[in-house]
Order: sequence, then structure tokens, then C-alpha cells
Amino acid sequence: MNPERSQHYPLRRRVVVKALLEERGDMLIIAGLGASAWDVTAAGDVPLNFPLWGAMGGSVPVGLGLALAQPSRRVLVITGDGEMLMGLGSLATVAIQQPSNLAIVVLDNERYGETGMQLTHTAGDVDLAAVAAATGFPIYCEVSNEEELHSELPQILNAEGPVFVNIKVRAENLPLILPAKDGAYLKDRFRLALLGPDAVS
Amino acid sequence: MTEHNVNSWADDIFQTLMAYRIRQVAYVPDAGHTRLIERCRESSEMISVPLTTEEEGVALLAGAWLGGDRGVLLMQSSGVGNCLNMLSLPRVCRMPLLMLVTMRGEWGEFNPWQVPMGQNADKALTMADVIIFLADDKDRVRETVEAAARMAFEGPAATAVLISQRLLGAKTFGK
Repeated sequence: MNPERSQHYPLRRRVVVKALLEERGDMLIIAGLGASAWDVTAAGDVPLNFPLWGAMGGSVPVGLGLALAQPSRRVLVITGDGEMLMGLGSLATVAIQQPSNLAIVVLDNERYGETGMQLTHTAGDVDLAAVAAATGFPIYCEVSNEEELHSELPQILNAEGPVFVNIKVRAENLPLILPAKDGAYLKDRFRLALLGPDAVS
Repeated sequence: MTEHNVNSWADDIFQTLMAYRIRQVAYVPDAGHTRLIERCRESSEMISVPLTTEEEGVALLAGAWLGGDRGVLLMQSSGVGNCLNMLSLPRVCRMPLLMLVTMRGEWGEFNPWQVPMGQNADKALTMADVIIFLADDKDRVRETVEAAARMAFEGPAATAVLISQRLLGAKTFGK
């Protein structure tokens, strides 16, 4: 385990997420609990975001169920390395389904951010993009600088997936920008925007 | 336990799932669910999603509901324990969840390792605010699944039907 290196990674998570969502169009966003949910909210607190406040390990299967239900819409899961590590098996479940409209981005700072920045397994040699590759994702890579991020953006937003991109980001504590935490409200807000008024009646 | 008996209640469940417009069928295989899983996999109106662990199915069906799809989660009783924290998702978000659980460790079980969850699946589900229904008569499986589906999707609520090992026949490994 290397406790030092992610303090020096050049990419900053909020800048990365802002770039991902700048031209989101009608894309549907699932955000994993903790910093990823705050990052997505910082880029714009809109109804077609579904930020999780718990259900750790669940962001990828939530994204899969949504992608299967809405095959004509792009679904992007944005989550952290700790959350992803808790649900590694879900990558195999996605790979079996091969949803072409699903992309998964992991903001990998090698830390459990919400509990005191303890090291995750990716501070060792665990390579999440390689895990995705081994399960059968047709598109997978790791991004660690601005240039790579720029060249991978079209894949994340448009490529026929499933797509998995692990982005190495700096370990840093940022100001909290919180979405609503009432799950029923977040769900109704999302379904109203996506499915129309009948979905919440 | 004849083949006909096994198939008839599984077919009853399949027809109920069709009537309730269930689209995503998430499962970890169980011998007791063999026939139902086959029927669902053959259906062009359903998407079958095999899972690596049952909690994935709870999250998957939350995503399905966000996107307008109804789903069902099939598992055996040992899988209930794997779901507990993830059940906070449908509870906090007030989403429907329909679970069909085939029981082990409950009626003539030969494997003691199945007994802890077999004896506590109902308590664990109740603790997680899941409404439970017991089905131990093959002729009443259909109405029980209908009742659970109606309360799940009209609620919305999380509901589970526990299908007794008495309907499945105790597994023996041929001994």
C-alpha cells in the first residue's frame, strides 16, 4: 500500500466531474455514496441525477437496472473506489448483460473519503480497470492526466458499451455540496423528469 | 413430490409475474426456482439478470424502477442475509420490491449450514421492514404471490414470499 502517491495525482475530482457533465444532454446519472455524490451535485443539482447516500456497493447494479429499463438513454454511473470495491461482483453481472448504453466512471483517490481518508485496496496494486477487463467489458481504461481524460471523454459519453473508466484523482477533502437526502424525494424527482407525471401519481 | 406438482406452482408464479408486467427478473439460482427461472429466461417480455450476490438484485431493481420497469428478485433463504443493508435502498426511497424466496433449512433439511438463515430469514426480512407472506400449500402459491405483488407495486412496499421447503422436497444428494 502506498499512502503518499494519490496526494500528488494531477486530476482534481470536481474538475473531472464537471468535464464529464458539461454536455450531459439527457444523460441519466447515478452517483455512488459520499464524495462522488457531492461532486455530481456540485456540477448541477438536477432531477436526472440520482445520488446515493448509502447502499454501498449498489451504484453499479442501480445503473444496470436503469440502463436495461431505458435502452435508448445513456446511463452514467459515477462512483468512488471504496464503493466500487464493495460491489466488484456487479461488474461481472454488467458484463454478462453487455448494456451498450451504460458507462461507469470510478473516481479513484485510493481513499475512503467519508470515514477519514483511510487507504483503500487501490492504494496497493489492485487495478479496477483490469478487473473490468477480466469480466468482459469491451471498453476499459485508466486515466491519470488531463490529456488522457480529454481523449477518453467521447468514449465515456458515447461509445457502445459497457464502458469502464478508472480515473486516478488527487486525495483531497473538499467543501461538502450536498443533494437532498430524502430518498423518496430523489426517486420521485427522477421519475417525474424521466417518465412524466403518471410515474408519481 | 412429482414433477407435475413442482411445475404447476412455478407456472402459477410465472403467470402472475406476466400479469403484473414484471420485466426484469434478477436471480441467484436455487434448485427450487429452476422451473420459474427457465420460464422467465424463455420469455421475450422479460430480461433475466443472473447475479453474483443477492444484494445486487435489490439495487438492480431500484434502478429498474427509476427507469419505469417492474422487477422480481428470486433467491433461496441463505441469500436473505446478503441483502440486509441494501434493503435500506427501497425502504428509504419508498420503491416497490418483490422477492420470492425458496426456503432451505426449514423442513427436513439435511445440511445444518442452511439452518441458520432458514430459521431466521423471516425475522431478518421483518427487521428490514419487508412485508412477508408464507406459502406452504402449492394450491395457494398463486394467490400469495398475487397478494405480495399487489402490495409491492400498489404500496409501494418491499414484500417477500417465503416458499416452504415442503413444496420443494427436502434435498438429499440422492441418499
